[in-house]
Amino acid sequence: MQVLYGRHHVRVFRFGLRLVRDEQVAEDLIGEVFLDVWRQAGKFEGRSAVSTWLLAITRFKALSALRRRKNVELDDEAAHAIEDQSDDPEVTAQKKDTSQALRKCLSALSPDHREIVDLVYYHEKSVEEVAEIVGIPENTVKTRLFYARKKLAELLQAAGVERGWP
Amino acid sequence: MMAMKKLLEREPGEIEMLLPWHAAGTLNTRDARRVEEALARDPELSRQYAAIREEYAETIDLNESLGAPSARAMQALFAAIDAEPERKPSASRGISRGIAGFFAALRPRTLAWSASLAAAVLLVQASIIGAMLMQNQPASFQTASLSTDEPITRTLSPETPPRALVRFAPDARVADITALLDTYQAAIIDSRGGMFRLQFGSGPMSKDEIASLMRRLQGEKIVSVAVASP
Repeated sequence: MQVLYGRHHVRVFRFGLRLVRDEQVAEDLIGEVFLDVWRQAGKFEGRSAVSTWLLAITRFKALSALRRRKNVELDDEAAHAIEDQSDDPEVTAQKKDTSQALRKCLSALSPDHREIVDLVYYHEKSVEEVAEIVGIPENTVKTRLFYARKKLAELLQAAGVERGWP
Repeated sequence: MMAMKKLLEREPGEIEMLLPWHAAGTLNTRDARRVEEALARDPELSRQYAAIREEYAETIDLNESLGAPSARAMQALFAAIDAEPERKPSASRGISRGIAGFFAALRPRTLAWSASLAAAVLLVQASIIGAMLMQNQPASFQTASLSTDEPITRTLSPETPPRALVRFAPDARVADITALLDTYQAAIIDSRGGMFRLQFGSGPMSKDEIASLMRRLQGEKIVSVAVASP
């Protein structure tokens, strides 16, 4: 269990943190996830990668935690709160720092878009694996990521960032 | 401006939608080849792919900047596991199969990403075993039961998981011992004069099962001596 925890806890934590946006909640989340794994290890049938199974459990736990949280903010409000923490898009544009603007815009995506971007780019999950984790058809996975990228392009354009595409 | 709007308003093509997975290297061979061919003949797709690679790199940087959970999270987890009710032997075997399935399903890519974490865990485990090995006295042989400076307080209840006194071969490496502990779901609970007391699993075993376990242990290359112990 220690080896399993050692291999996966950081990624599970980061995936959870991006969903719940609260370090304390994300830490509690990984405890719940690995305890569930400990209890249900016999049910793991090896049809998917361990990390895919872990991320699916993490997602389920994160959504439950969000529902439990008192005074939970609406997702859009949370996104705006992130935006308010530092420079506004105009200031970012002035800095002409594409990298910083990209990060800011990635954080400003909706939870659904953020989740799919993280799963594909950071957790390196295939179309099939994302479909399994999120519980949506494979074609929806592809179109959802496309529209996440489209939204990202719009945010970057609003921030005055020129990337050569579109 | 208009060009961008036009581009963003149209329906995505099939290859276009696969570009992010191509950047992440998670497409199958057939799709990867289709994407490569399309990129070679379509400059607009290539420009989009360059932007995707930028998004890919920034997403990784963003996630990597999130840090790691504190040690408190791990302590709380293992305290919760310790507080779990003891499992029946059949359940333990199920867990064992499950865990074996976990590791069978680990992909090289996943392993590569997490190698540093696994190394850190192994380092901690190695340091514990290493410290124990330092106490090894090759010329002498003394079992824990011969010690007179402390009372024996262990229960002989039939619920106790099986234990054994084990001496490892002089050339046994830390990695080998760690692997053996993993394989047998064993933990070192004590050591005296080069002998280690190991506990196996979390539930009791029958006499026959213990005898079989000792025979398997004795057959391990890195084990010199293995005897059942209270």
